[in-house]
Amino acid sequence: MTIALQPETGTERPPRLQPTGWLRYFSFSVDHKVIGLQYLVCGFLFYLIGGALAGAIRTELASPVADFMPRDVYNQVLTLHGTVMIFLWIVPVVNGAFGNYLIPFYVGARDMAFPRLNAVAFWLIPPAGLLLISSYFLTGAAQSGWTAYPPLSITTPATGQIIWILSVLLLGGSSIFGGINFIATILKLRRPGLKLMQLPMYCWAMLGTSILVVLSTPVLAGTLVLLSFDIVAHTGFFNPTLGGNVVVYQHLFWFYSHPAVYIMVLPAFGLVSEILPVHARKPLFGYTTMVYSIMAIVGLGLIVWAHHMFTSGTPPWMRLFFTIATAFIAVPTGIKFFNWLATLWGGRISLNSAMLFSCGFIVNFVLGGITGVALAQVPFDIHVHDTYFVVAHFHYIVFGGSVFVIFASIYHWYPKFTGRMLNEHLGRLHFALTFIGFNLCFGPQHWLGLNGMPRRVAEYDPQFTLINQISSVGALLMAISTLPFLWNVIQSAFAGQRAGDNPWNALTPEWLTSSPPPVENWVGEAPLVEEPYGFGIPAEAFDLAAASGRDLWSSGK
Amino acid sequence: MLLVLGGMWVGQNINLLPVDASVNAPIYDELFQVLFTIGTVLFVGIVGLLVFSLIRFRRRSDQIGDGIAIEGNLPLEIFWTAVPAVVVLFVGLYSYDIYDRMGGMVPLAHDHMDGAHEERVWGGISSGSVQAGEIGNALPIDVTAMQFAFLFHYPDGDIISGELHVPAGRPITLRMEAKDVIHAFWVPEFRLKQDVIPGQPTQLSFTPTRPGRYPIVCAELCGPYHGGMRSTVVVEEQDAWDAWFSSNAKTDAANT
Amino acid sequence: MTTIPVKQTNPDHGDAVESDNHEIHGDFRLFGLATFLVADGMTFAGFFAAYLTFKAVNPLPAGAVYELELPLPILNTILLLVSSATFHRAGQALHSGAMQRCRRWLLITAALGLAFLVSQMVEYFTLPFGLADNLYASTFYAATGFHGLHVTLGALMILIVWWQARSNGGRINSSNAFPLEAAELYWHFVDGIWVILFVILYLL
Repeated sequence: MTIALQPETGTERPPRLQPTGWLRYFSFSVDHKVIGLQYLVCGFLFYLIGGALAGAIRTELASPVADFMPRDVYNQVLTLHGTVMIFLWIVPVVNGAFGNYLIPFYVGARDMAFPRLNAVAFWLIPPAGLLLISSYFLTGAAQSGWTAYPPLSITTPATGQIIWILSVLLLGGSSIFGGINFIATILKLRRPGLKLMQLPMYCWAMLGTSILVVLSTPVLAGTLVLLSFDIVAHTGFFNPTLGGNVVVYQHLFWFYSHPAVYIMVLPAFGLVSEILPVHARKPLFGYTTMVYSIMAIVGLGLIVWAHHMFTSGTPPWMRLFFTIATAFIAVPTGIKFFNWLATLWGGRISLNSAMLFSCGFIVNFVLGGITGVALAQVPFDIHVHDTYFVVAHFHYIVFGGSVFVIFASIYHWYPKFTGRMLNEHLGRLHFALTFIGFNLCFGPQHWLGLNGMPRRVAEYDPQFTLINQISSVGALLMAISTLPFLWNVIQSAFAGQRAGDNPWNALTPEWLTSSPPPVENWVGEAPLVEEPYGFGIPAEAFDLAAASGRDLWSSGK
Repeated sequence: MLLVLGGMWVGQNINLLPVDASVNAPIYDELFQVLFTIGTVLFVGIVGLLVFSLIRFRRRSDQIGDGIAIEGNLPLEIFWTAVPAVVVLFVGLYSYDIYDRMGGMVPLAHDHMDGAHEERVWGGISSGSVQAGEIGNALPIDVTAMQFAFLFHYPDGDIISGELHVPAGRPITLRMEAKDVIHAFWVPEFRLKQDVIPGQPTQLSFTPTRPGRYPIVCAELCGPYHGGMRSTVVVEEQDAWDAWFSSNAKTDAANT
Repeated sequence: MTTIPVKQTNPDHGDAVESDNHEIHGDFRLFGLATFLVADGMTFAGFFAAYLTFKAVNPLPAGAVYELELPLPILNTILLLVSSATFHRAGQALHSGAMQRCRRWLLITAALGLAFLVSQMVEYFTLPFGLADNLYASTFYAATGFHGLHVTLGALMILIVWWQARSNGGRINSSNAFPLEAAELYWHFVDGIWVILFVILYLL
């Protein structure tokens, strides 16, 4: 409670007490740009850790027997991999990093609504992450997967599980504080004269995401508190030997964790909507339907959780309802994809790294979405639930979707962050390696799942050896793909080509200031951007001779 | 059009699934073909459109201007809202039909279990052939899942076995309960999976068709040896199964 | 969720504050607090949903004891409802500048809150079941305990507000009413949750 009230005291910042220069990135800075970059770099460090864990998993799976590490360590590794990647990499980066950096610009403000709360939200993350990872070295980490289903989570070693719960609670708190901040900033801190329907699309995505965060994260927190009671105080909420009900945990858990997928993906949708128009030199197609589809995804996202539980003994009517509700999420999502394609159609597309990663995202996410609609069908899901098919689907959504967008966004906004361009050749190499490695790693896993390989196993039927080895090679490529990227961001920060203030000739407000921006974001008054996507020449002035008949049709003539 | 035909060819001719060995497996494969066809058409269509746009509308070196300023097109947007909605509705209804044919909507058969099992069944799948008329014929088997094995108990002959032996063509009803943590009973060749939950007995009914040995896989993370928690279902012709059954049945139990 | 009003200009940003977004407005912070309370309410919603599901599908084993008496909880309900009213009077007094009256009402509110806590403790110690006795008992203690934690925090906040509203050196007065308003909003929220909790846990 008191934390929520804290910002009341911190209105004027004494600049001299805050470190300047690079040191401010290690300080309790309340500048939203500093906090955004803190989120980004911190998240990326955890991504490297999570990636190393993934590498350990793929090494283990290169052979059908459990020979690389002890079986209980394998379960710790897969639990940490899931938790780190979700709670310390994707959620903080797509929300915290880009949200904090961009949202105040987009609403024409000089900072977030609650700057202190913002810094608190960030500084919860590193201790929580270190706590989580240190549990591996101190007592052994949790072994029950990132889902922590009881009774497994009650019967595995308690210390690791309790540390896991603590750190997820901290990260959930950070996420809620961030969500409150975004909602208040977008709704209450808009520059006078700026209408909601003139906001860049990322604001809408973050508004929808934050609504999901605020509504669903507390349920996870409450559930994990109950779970910790089961472990520490020997209550029986989810312990069947004491009369508890394990399926109730699954309902409560997925009430958060399904929306969590949208918490990871909706901001990515928003970021892509910012990147595509700039590099295609065209307005974002169908702004209004994009907004409505985001809100439709938010609404539907809250009522589809039980599709993770089709084999848990749910009654038939529930299966039917959740099938239909889940499948209908494909409609608003489909709208967004068709709108992006229409945005590209007839553009002047620069095929740079940001664009390539965005298009890689579209390809991967379409595949993940198609398998998602299939998974929503109860009879289909009964066969492939908890198999590598689900692993593949999920990674196509969160890696092929969100992580590709994170990279696209880094290529797009790096000049804004640093004032220097990233090396385009290294960027394309990074894209090629990532795209090939990713598809090589996760594409074949669809087949594995269909043919009988369950997820979260350290050993498997020898008939799957070859495909698993292909998958591991893909993982290796993905690991290698990080190297040119790392070299690129570090080297370009010092020796990159000077970007100028607005290298992409973009129209959204963050580009209408210097790069990197001053502490107060703009010298003088914030610009009023009524058409963030006002690219392009009117259709009348367009050279019709160069356009095909399809162009004319899609322009509505 | 070409795309649709190509998609249908892919759906018909590329088989990604293991052999089918139960009554509901071919029904499942039918659904898979439809989903695979629709998925292929959509995926190839969208990716094709994307790649075409990237090539056709890429910025050439002499172009410095912007693209055409199209902010949106309401009829077009309504069109691509409506089409996925129709497709999704079709897929939903179709899979409902498939689920119905697999027997998913049949009420669970707990009323018909004998006296020892009057305990509540919490959920599960009454698969295809176990219709009301045939239920008397169904072979009841108790499944106990524990870290890290399945145990099969045949109440009729009081047999306890580590392998599941079932006769082809006869409906089987598994009544499953876990001793410790959640497990899942999965036979890929049957296309069936059901969680085995401690404290909440579940049920799984199916009719095997194709004799052979198929793996039973635990599909829910249950501890360090989760990956090793496997067993075998042996589907045998009726005669072979009878022989197995009588050689293993405890004599007194079989006589009474 | 889709009913977010499309405003021409934001009423919280009068033209007077054109360029300085760092100025914090009372409404603005209350809005943040309200959002937080929505999140907080969802935690309770999770507990209530778990309780109702347990009630619906998990019959108690034979011999398990789970019986609640009504008199004390009814007294508790009255205590909290009255305390909401007294807090409201405190707020009114503050806005009319009557600091003495405001402080008196605050003290009464805090006393009612503490009385609620005492009464809740009495109930805990007289109940025939303990925390880990059975499923319903555990859920009961989790929900009421979490609520009691909220009341405790609320009572502390009221006492802090009461201290800060003192005439010499206090920070709260009719021109800086936000802390009191925030505490009041929070207190009404806690009372509202109690009413729902009372209906679900004691009456259903």
